[in-house]
Amino acid sequence: MATREVISTGNELSAIAAVDAGCKFFGGYPLTPSSEVMHVISDLLPKVGGVSIQMEDEIAGICCVIGAAMAGDRALTATSGPGMSLKAENLGLAQMAEVPLVCVNVMRGGPSTGLPTRVSQGDIKQSSNPSHGDYRSITLCAGSLAECYTETVRAFNLADRFMQPVIVLLDETIGHMHGKADLPTVEDVKAGIVPRKTFDGPAEEYFPYECGPTEAATLNPMFEGYRYHYTGLHHDKNGFPTEEIETCRKLIQRLEDKVMAHQDEIELNEEFMCDDLTGADGEVLIIAYGSVSLAAKESIRHLRAAGIKAGLFRPITIWPSPADRIKHFTDKIKNVLVVELNIRQYTEEIERASGRLDIEGLYKVNGRAISPHEIVSKVKEVF
Amino acid sequence: MAFNYEKYLRIQKMPTLWCWGCGDGVILKAFVRAIEKMGVSQDDVCVISGIGCSGRFSSYVDFNTIHTTHGRTVAYATGVKLARPDKLVVCVAGDGDALAIGGNHTIHGCRRNIDMTMIVINNFIYGLTNSQTSPTTPKGMWTVTQKAGNIDPTFDTCDLAIASGASFVARESMLDPKKLEKILIKSMEHKGFSMMEVLSNCHINLGRKNKMVSAMENLEWIDSITTPKKKYDALSEEEQLNLLPTGILKQDTEADEYCDMYAEIQKAQQGQRKPISQDDFAKKI
Repeated sequence: MATREVISTGNELSAIAAVDAGCKFFGGYPLTPSSEVMHVISDLLPKVGGVSIQMEDEIAGICCVIGAAMAGDRALTATSGPGMSLKAENLGLAQMAEVPLVCVNVMRGGPSTGLPTRVSQGDIKQSSNPSHGDYRSITLCAGSLAECYTETVRAFNLADRFMQPVIVLLDETIGHMHGKADLPTVEDVKAGIVPRKTFDGPAEEYFPYECGPTEAATLNPMFEGYRYHYTGLHHDKNGFPTEEIETCRKLIQRLEDKVMAHQDEIELNEEFMCDDLTGADGEVLIIAYGSVSLAAKESIRHLRAAGIKAGLFRPITIWPSPADRIKHFTDKIKNVLVVELNIRQYTEEIERASGRLDIEGLYKVNGRAISPHEIVSKVKEVF
Repeated sequence: MAFNYEKYLRIQKMPTLWCWGCGDGVILKAFVRAIEKMGVSQDDVCVISGIGCSGRFSSYVDFNTIHTTHGRTVAYATGVKLARPDKLVVCVAGDGDALAIGGNHTIHGCRRNIDMTMIVINNFIYGLTNSQTSPTTPKGMWTVTQKAGNIDPTFDTCDLAIASGASFVARESMLDPKKLEKILIKSMEHKGFSMMEVLSNCHINLGRKNKMVSAMENLEWIDSITTPKKKYDALSEEEQLNLLPTGILKQDTEADEYCDMYAEIQKAQQGQRKPISQDDFAKKI
């Protein structure tokens, strides 16, 4: 596939990707270190007939995006941890009412106001269930400048496929990183757009939420002759509130199953220098994601130069986690090191997936990046 | 000829969850009659409600309808309207919805002047959840959260809307449905943000502990606290103290509407006009 070379930042690439993927609406509130997404997209959208609006707060930011998505637009919001906390309730409505949208979260140090201008991966757990209740999040995590672009594009297609919000995690390092990226062509991106499914039969035969147990709702854009109801309450096939026992059970079960039954369409991993890690003692599997994986790759080159066989497993789809693939590796490789800019947030998921409690970890929560040298030292220390 | 309510109401969702004698049903009927008179297609209308008794308004009317989270109607409506500026967008919120949890969105909705109508059904109490204090509960009244009497000062919905920059502000009660219908038409036909406060009764959760145990007593109280703007303006400050003026309180047809202004932004970004500057506005600061 043809590519093009651009020089840009992660935040800017995310904004450009959204527009290339057909996004027509942005609503948000300035929040360091994500603000550049709005700076860029507020210029781009009016050029293509779209709308970008700076709302009065983070909550209004997600609400107007949901409204635009209900009207039929591909819609984006961008924020960081404090904004995710504020958006949580309405992300829950979008899960419940099955409204597709993309939410970029450029992670900074937390909790609370934390370290506004410094890097963290502290929102990993939050991104699996930002709102209360049961549903299954789809969360993607960019590990390079190019992926800030490609994962944002993928997020829009997944949102329309599964009719729910998709979170794209960047972190401060990658969001503000400035450099060269090889991107797919705009033509290829546009050719790959899979718009949301719609119903075109007679209106009296349209039941937006009537679908198979592992299918997403079919929500036609508003104002096109199919009048129905959106609600955050448990609802029936027409979208109207109900407390009928079986309808309630089926609805929530479907929100889980529509994602988990199709994980093959969502999962994406990178396996870097993993081919010769056959399980003999002394070999090391590093698991890392986001900007940390860049340092991990560099450390692997150093380790290999020093005669230690090491490889990287990098989930790009963070949620649902690639549990089977993690187990495939952790069953065969004795020495496993998870490196993340938080305290054990994804390690616990790897422990669950692997069934092992001897996973080593390198964690950092002081707002500074992890260097390749620190990873090399940790490997030499623990294995 | 009898009005065909079945065309506009989702009859299969009836009876409503509203109590017997509730004013919300009167407002519902006045609203759909107003839409009929305006001649707008049902497919071109979006009704967005929040949480509370008024939150159920959207599920009873046969339009494109959204039942949102508590207090966020205007924020959702902003996305709908900016995405489809040619459609009629109406928010229906309660007093708690619009003035407490959603106060910020109400203020900024008024300020932006996006062409939409916000109907605030003010029954002076949190009705659905059993009598908690709302920002419009009169001081001294009993509420379940202030059993010794409410001491919280009240918000005046219309004063707030005027101060925040809404270009159309009106108040009416559900006591005169014909008048309400007419003023609803005016508010929806106005180009810009219209704040339409409608006073309604809640004899169940406001009245029964505040000496208004029947709908009639509650309505008589509403009648006693309202007076047409013309009469109100002729009163002394002291006489105005316990009264709320009704009718159109503000109407500015010159104010810039946000969707129109955004179309200019689109033109500027597409090179079809020069960027917008302070010179484009009469009011510079």
